Amino acid sequence: MSTPSFSETIDHFSPAQEEGTGVPGAEKGLHGRPAPPSIQDQRYKTGTMVGLAGILMFFTAFVSAYIVRQGLGTDWEPIKLPNLVWYNTLILLASSFSLEMARTRLKDLPALRSWWLGTATLGTVFLVGQLVVWQKLSAEGVYLASNPSSSFFYVLTAVHGIHLLGGVLALLILSLKLWGGILASHHVGSMALYWHFMDFLWILLLLLFVFWR
Amino acid sequence: MAEAEHSHAAHAAPTSFIWKYIFSKDHKIIGIQYYLLALFAVFVGMALSVLIRINLVWSGTSIGLLEALFPEGAPGGVMTPEFYLAMLTMHGTIMVFMVLTTAPQGGFGNYFLPIQIGADDMAFPTLNMLSFWLTFVSLVVLLAAFFVSGGAPTSGWTAYPPLSALGEIAGPGLGIGQDLWIVSIAIFCIASLLGALNFITTVLDLRVKGMTLMRMPLPVWAWFVTAILGLLAFGVLLAAGILLLLDRVAGTSFFIPGGLVVSDQIINHKGGSPLLWQHLFWFFGHPEVYIAILPGMGVTSQILAVFSRKPIFGYKAMVYSMFGIGTLGFLVWGHHMFMSGMSPYSAIVFSLLTTAIAVPSAIKTFNWLGTLWGGRISLEPAMQFAIRFVSLFVSGGLGGLFLNQPSTDIYLHDTYFVVGHFHLIMGVAAIFGIFAGTYYWFSKMFGRHMNKKLGTLHFWLTFVGVNSIFMPMHFLGLVGHPRRYAELSGVNFLAQTAPLHFFITIAAFITVAAQFIFLFNFLWALFKGPKAERNPWSATTLEWEIPSPPPHDNFGGKELTVHHGPYEYSVPGEEADFVMQTARPLQKTDTGTEN
Repeated sequence: MSTPSFSETIDHFSPAQEEGTGVPGAEKGLHGRPAPPSIQDQRYKTGTMVGLAGILMFFTAFVSAYIVRQGLGTDWEPIKLPNLVWYNTLILLASSFSLEMARTRLKDLPALRSWWLGTATLGTVFLVGQLVVWQKLSAEGVYLASNPSSSFFYVLTAVHGIHLLGGVLALLILSLKLWGGILASHHVGSMALYWHFMDFLWILLLLLFVFWR
Repeated sequence: MAEAEHSHAAHAAPTSFIWKYIFSKDHKIIGIQYYLLALFAVFVGMALSVLIRINLVWSGTSIGLLEALFPEGAPGGVMTPEFYLAMLTMHGTIMVFMVLTTAPQGGFGNYFLPIQIGADDMAFPTLNMLSFWLTFVSLVVLLAAFFVSGGAPTSGWTAYPPLSALGEIAGPGLGIGQDLWIVSIAIFCIASLLGALNFITTVLDLRVKGMTLMRMPLPVWAWFVTAILGLLAFGVLLAAGILLLLDRVAGTSFFIPGGLVVSDQIINHKGGSPLLWQHLFWFFGHPEVYIAILPGMGVTSQILAVFSRKPIFGYKAMVYSMFGIGTLGFLVWGHHMFMSGMSPYSAIVFSLLTTAIAVPSAIKTFNWLGTLWGGRISLEPAMQFAIRFVSLFVSGGLGGLFLNQPSTDIYLHDTYFVVGHFHLIMGVAAIFGIFAGTYYWFSKMFGRHMNKKLGTLHFWLTFVGVNSIFMPMHFLGLVGHPRRYAELSGVNFLAQTAPLHFFITIAAFITVAAQFIFLFNFLWALFKGPKAERNPWSATTLEWEIPSPPPHDNFGGKELTVHHGPYEYSVPGEEADFVMQTARPLQKTDTGTEN
């Protein structure tokens, strides 16, 4: 059949089991070397990568519209980015670092849990930070419809924020597995792929806002 | 462990009605749901086209039913010109999105892609269910536009701004109706993106042992390429839709230029570019044409081989040409915009790239004819439709040769020539692919046979009918007849075209009537058709390996191994004239990569 017997190849682990025995991933192929990726594992990774390709096209459409609209040039007034944007960026980078710490600590359950929640927290802080950025801009009288540059800034930050919010929700949903059930390594891998991509995408958008004014 | 169950089936068979047939995760049920959604939508779209044809020939006629349904759009039962444009918009939108995009991909693709590669289900069954229900919501929102204040939008299925971006002030239907249109399309985009993700992942990761890429049946390749196109194209339309909606509701100026005075009011937007919408829309819109027709190409390839009892001619060339068509499809959107003031140099580039699509298209046509050549042809209804898919692909494609030249397009643009062209190639050819698929796979999907005589009658009426409708439209275009005119009275230079319009309308009536033969056949076969055996067509692919209809988990936990390519018909030295893909390998001839 298409999906081989799962118990043979899965490299997931049960936290409950771990805590009892103290042997992470016992008999599951996690003895310090990666188990052969199962089909299940592959399916999630492939799905995430395919999804990211679609998301990339979605953002490419906005960015190309940005560039074209900016090139029309008669009414484009560059917006002044609040400094908070840079702190938000650092927080987002920190969240990627945090998730990477979690991903490389699959065997150390308490550390995994801490870094995992840390990532979700940093992601939430970033989102709140972006809202504050909006607030600062609107306090200065820069609204969605003020100028094409501000329109694009609000739209792109909103669309990115929604994708990141999805990431935070995914982290929280998966943390249910981290506490009560089974968090397979393909969950962690796919999550990391998505999260780092959103991080990378934000950097690209920031570069666009800074250098393509 | 939840995951452990995956080793046997993607999910357990549900027992209650709601989970089995409504919110089902079974790709087969979801496929049927998509198919029925498209079947409903196609009859709605067809009713609209009948109204369009009536208005063109007998404008001013009062239709009682219209007054009851749309007192605003058809006061006294007489269609207003705006109402005509609303019919046109909704006809196009429903047909392109809810029929041509859903039935071949969401319908047949969902049902047969996993089976043809030996999988239990799609890679993400829950996501699959979500895709369908989002599509359903999208259809409901779209149809709701008929019944809101102002009625359905009048901006065409392409929704060009500024008309589509200004709101109610621009005319009836451009208020809430247009908002609903955009929301519906946005939901549809999300549904299609999720579907595409599922299709691609399933093909890449869930193929059964021995099912190498080059042993996949051609429909699977077609669904796969279509899914890639959808993945890359629908996100762009979604982005464009969001920007358009913001122009309408949030006061932004992405697409609305400055200095507009509409209905004696100065429009408070400035600096936007209507052409930006056209670029974004057609970057989606052209691949969309292939999203509609590629599955038909896959189905046609399959059926021509089965009913000629011959291997498909040039399997690999078929695969590569589909990728060629898909790739070029992303590079030609400018040919919809030759009249937009585009630089002639850009136009030449777009024109050359468009012409280049003729190469993979010609390869496919040549190979289809090569498959038929010398075959033992049996003219089942599925085969009739598949052969004429090729015919329509050629006659529709030849119109493209005139439209892809900027010099001739300047004359033909926005005339009935364009209407005839895209209906033949995108509409009718794709629909013929759907019909071919229906007659071919009905027995597998529902366990009963459709009636062959009724099928043949349906085929002939439809084939003669659609050619009588859309071929003359090319001539209307050649005399310079513009599209989208609600009525022709008072347009002197079009007076001579009235008899041709009359002919087209009569042909449309006959063609529409023929579809009720199909509907009757479909419903009759569903309940009363003769029971279908496992493999009525003596075909080789995996779906014919299992009972009709297949059980919940498709293969009943049976371990399959594929040893053969999908088109081993009339193999010398074999007893039967076909070799199932799972048959034991032949001595020395099975190289593993052949075919």
